[in-house]
Amino acid sequence: MRTLIRYLPLALLAAAWEAAARLHLVSSLALPPLTDVIGSWIELIRDGELLVNGLASLYRAAVGLALAVVVGALLGVMMAWFRPANTLLSPLVEIFYPLPKSALIPVTVIWLGFGDGSKILLIFLGCMLPVTIGAFNGARGSEQVLVWSARSMGASRLRMLWDVVLPSAMPELLNGIRTALALSFILLVSSELIVAQKGFGYLIGSLGANGSYDAMYAVVLTVAFLGFAADRLYLALTRRALAWRYDT
Amino acid sequence: MAAPAQILLENVSHVYRPVRGREVLALDQVSLQVANREFVALLGPSGCGKSTLLYLIGGFLPVEAGSITVDGKKVTGPGPDRGIVFQHFALFPWKTVRGNILYGLERQGMPKAEREKRAQDFIELVGLHGFEDSYPSQLSGGMKQRTAIARTLAFDPAILLMDEPFGALDAQTRGLMQAELMRIFQRTPKTVIFVTHDVQEAVYLADRVAVMSARPGRIKTIVDTKFDKKAENIFKERVFVEKVDEIWHLVREEAIKAQGRRST
Repeated sequence: MRTLIRYLPLALLAAAWEAAARLHLVSSLALPPLTDVIGSWIELIRDGELLVNGLASLYRAAVGLALAVVVGALLGVMMAWFRPANTLLSPLVEIFYPLPKSALIPVTVIWLGFGDGSKILLIFLGCMLPVTIGAFNGARGSEQVLVWSARSMGASRLRMLWDVVLPSAMPELLNGIRTALALSFILLVSSELIVAQKGFGYLIGSLGANGSYDAMYAVVLTVAFLGFAADRLYLALTRRALAWRYDT
Repeated sequence: MAAPAQILLENVSHVYRPVRGREVLALDQVSLQVANREFVALLGPSGCGKSTLLYLIGGFLPVEAGSITVDGKKVTGPGPDRGIVFQHFALFPWKTVRGNILYGLERQGMPKAEREKRAQDFIELVGLHGFEDSYPSQLSGGMKQRTAIARTLAFDPAILLMDEPFGALDAQTRGLMQAELMRIFQRTPKTVIFVTHDVQEAVYLADRVAVMSARPGRIKTIVDTKFDKKAENIFKERVFVEKVDEIWHLVREEAIKAQGRRST
């Protein structure tokens, strides 16, 4: 019930959308009625277009993000614990961090072509740094006495990184991954919009070019909902993983 | 001490090098012998380097001048022959009470069934039955420190280093924990080096009390405090009160010196 009330503004927005289109307050070309959009959505599901393109997109996002999380976390922890790694990598991180990763779309296409590879590379590059920075900050904040405790109980240096530094870094690391998750959707759709033969972005682009605006809106809404659902799911998982932080 | 020294400190000096500011001589030519199964308290005003000395013995800080040997071997790093209990518990917050106690046993490579049993034994020993699956954030300060003590005792180090272990507890809990520690050590004797600035605590727990001078830290005197402490009202016994008084005067001089130096 509380959830329903919380998302009431969304229902109001939907009603306003439908009304504005039906009453011709806006051009139905610019904003087709929501009910038409839903109709097109059902159509897209039925002929399998949404599923085929959606799976292609989710595959790219998942692989790119997974690579970014593993490599990013590794780099962050290394930078926090090995001075040479920090000396070598921190200038690169500083320069690369503010670069708009969408600028790399043409570059990744030149390197890896129009298929999955270029999208995965872009998502990997774009999502890695927030993870690296989260892992770095978290790992640097790990308490000396916890490290000492583990070492005095017989943990090797490497073991200590895994057993103490990584869990200490977890709250900040998970925050970084959340940012990366949102970025992965942005980069996915924008790269597919520009050059792709399938995927959500491709579908949005080609439907728009054909003038099938209600179908185009259906895909846009699907992507928006998936992004929202992924974030919610991620938050719920985070809360479980960090249960030890909260008194219950 | 007639018994052979288990821990031998010879002319140990240590310099603090803060990132900013000037270097400080924290320990100056400290020598100390601790016998097997002896309980020695390091007592002194804050900033006298007593915790630093403990960290050097633990192998957490490098020994730069002088030497520290344990059972004849030079200390070069931390090891499970020397367990440590910190003032602020240093429990792994992401592990439960049981998980924390199991950790050292896992690192020693003890088989699963055996370590589960041993962890449970130590949970019982420190009276944490019923809290095995609680996280540190759900425990009181006293319970956290019991967990930390159980965790360190469980992997059975020959030497126990304790860094003001009861300093973060309220007075009542501290008294209870001191008595409990005495009880535990009667069952599982250890060589203990115990850092504190509480004179009563030092006299009550230790066989000898090493009184340290204010910065630079030196061992000023060592007072023998080994006498029968089993009496019900030990804190009011004459022999106890006199020892506390004697040591208190020694510490007071140093505290005054430390204060005077700080204000100039």
